[in-house]
Amino acid sequence: MNISPSKIISLLFFIFSGFYLYTAHQIQVFAFDENAAFNAKTFPIYLGYAGLLFSALFIILPETKPSIVDLKVLDYKKTIALVFLMILYGLTILRAGYFLSTSIFLVFSYIVLGERKWLWIFFLSFPFVAIFMYLLHGLLNIYLRDPFLQYIGIMG
Amino acid sequence: MIEGILIGLETAFSFKNLMMVMIGCFAGTIIGMLPGLGPMTAIALMIPITYGFEPSTGLILMAGVYYGAVFGGSTSSILINAPGIPGTVATSFDGYPMAQQGKAGKALAIAAYSSFAGGTIAAIFLLIAAPSLSKVSLAFRSPDYFGLMILGLTAVSAFSAKGHFLKAMMMVVLGLMLASVGQDTLSDIPRFTFQNMNLSDGISFVLVVMATFAMSEALTIIFKANDPTRVAKQISLSQLGSIKLDKTETKKMVTTIPRSSVLGFIIGVLPGAGSTIASFLAYGMERNFVNDEEKQKFGKGSVNGLAAPETANNAACSGSFVPLLTLGIPGSGTTAVMLGALLGFGIQPGPRLYQTNPEIFWSVIMSMYIGMVILLILNLPLIPYIARVLATPRTFLIPLILFFSVTGIYLMSFNNFDIYMMIGIAVVATVLRLYDFPMPPLILAFVLGGLMEENLRRSLLISDGSWSFLWDRPLTMVIMSVIFLIVGWQIYKGFFSKLGK
Repeated sequence: MNISPSKIISLLFFIFSGFYLYTAHQIQVFAFDENAAFNAKTFPIYLGYAGLLFSALFIILPETKPSIVDLKVLDYKKTIALVFLMILYGLTILRAGYFLSTSIFLVFSYIVLGERKWLWIFFLSFPFVAIFMYLLHGLLNIYLRDPFLQYIGIMG
Repeated sequence: MIEGILIGLETAFSFKNLMMVMIGCFAGTIIGMLPGLGPMTAIALMIPITYGFEPSTGLILMAGVYYGAVFGGSTSSILINAPGIPGTVATSFDGYPMAQQGKAGKALAIAAYSSFAGGTIAAIFLLIAAPSLSKVSLAFRSPDYFGLMILGLTAVSAFSAKGHFLKAMMMVVLGLMLASVGQDTLSDIPRFTFQNMNLSDGISFVLVVMATFAMSEALTIIFKANDPTRVAKQISLSQLGSIKLDKTETKKMVTTIPRSSVLGFIIGVLPGAGSTIASFLAYGMERNFVNDEEKQKFGKGSVNGLAAPETANNAACSGSFVPLLTLGIPGSGTTAVMLGALLGFGIQPGPRLYQTNPEIFWSVIMSMYIGMVILLILNLPLIPYIARVLATPRTFLIPLILFFSVTGIYLMSFNNFDIYMMIGIAVVATVLRLYDFPMPPLILAFVLGGLMEENLRRSLLISDGSWSFLWDRPLTMVIMSVIFLIVGWQIYKGFFSKLGK
């Protein structure tokens, strides 16, 4: 028996809604609010039921317009590499600072996607980020945390 | 009123104030174009500067920034499918497909003309009807607002995802669920935070919109890079196209603009509704007005589908000034920031603003006309240059979109937990988009979640826990009837017609 991926996603959403509803019931409200017409868990409880209802309807009813995706043509390698780079970017942004981590993220992302014009890769990373930072920090006065630039004395 | 208009003209046409409108519009356009930086951020950035000016000058500058940012926001929606603000989400439905077809210049021109026309028409409405329109918004109560929000969500689900109504409704519920994370606004009780301090303030709008639109779009492009149909789309992205509109396109806009202006203005007047609901409702309404052939083009680059939300969101911006100036109630998040600035000037907006500070009230209205003209003069000649963003090769464009998205959220919180959450939501959104689960209903639901709960809370408390508030008032009943009609029609169209076949 073949189950369409959309139905599997709906089944996952059904389980998620069930978990959400269970968690909504666990919300601790004030004792005087327990029997009130509306308290902190009223709306989430309705949402949990709505999630269960819509996902159940989708699972039970026939699909009016099935979504067809050819899984063989999808580029998993590059997509996963980009996601991995973003996670690394998130890991380093606070420690290495905005300038260094952003520039390195951009360089590796261009390379992962197949770009080999080295001059453009350089220009659209380090100098580009520097100009962008100047616009934000220097002109618009938006604070940017950068321990690296502070350490070498470029940023106050 | 004539006396007031003259006072307003005198104030708005002073050299200093004219300069402020120009600077405001220009700065707003640039900031609004950057994904993640919307009008609220732009105005918030201007507040410290305006305190050195007279109140009318400060307010004129902020109004210019507001219009400029909405105008600029539509540009990023069209070019990179990254709406910086919820009000321009509906713009991307047809604006982005148009850009993918190599008509980016045309899409931007349509957006510019529609914004100009919508803003100007609404400013005329504001001038004539401001005093009496305040009564309209007073007639709406919590049950009506609650109904109106459900109507907005149902309409978006019905119209933005053809043939996928139930998927869209699941996305609505998911959006509302995401909005419920964080402390309860009234009791401060933590909900769905799992004792994680990073979640106690809830999930930021910018994070969700960047993850579900910009980031997941970038990932989808890479994910489907080998898909032959997708490759064709990417090639066409580099063709910018002309900004000139032909007769048929102009004709379509001429019919769309007046009705969307009226709708946008009325929705804008309602406190809390704002440009988001206006643009979505205008999109839905327009789809019902056009013929079947045009209806098929919706979501694929329709002129009507682009002009309607662009007109309505600008008209709603003008409309949102009505409750702010006449009642002292902000019509949107952005006007709420402006209300804070006004209070900082020592001015209490409200019904007495006419008498106590007529120069503020009228000069802001007058500066709106001037702002619209400046925006049109500024944006139209710049369109070919702005549209060149599209000519950037995918290998450079994708990392830059990801970089802007991460920067947008990093600037707000300086917290890498938010970055991880954004990546997680983007990955889930990419998979969902692959199987036609639409993202716009999720975004609108996320934005309206807090307001919906607030209005449901008030309605239930007033009616002592009874759901009769949904049919007690004729206005609420009418709204609820429209919702049932939409849902009924969708179910009939989707399932019963198929069973019939």
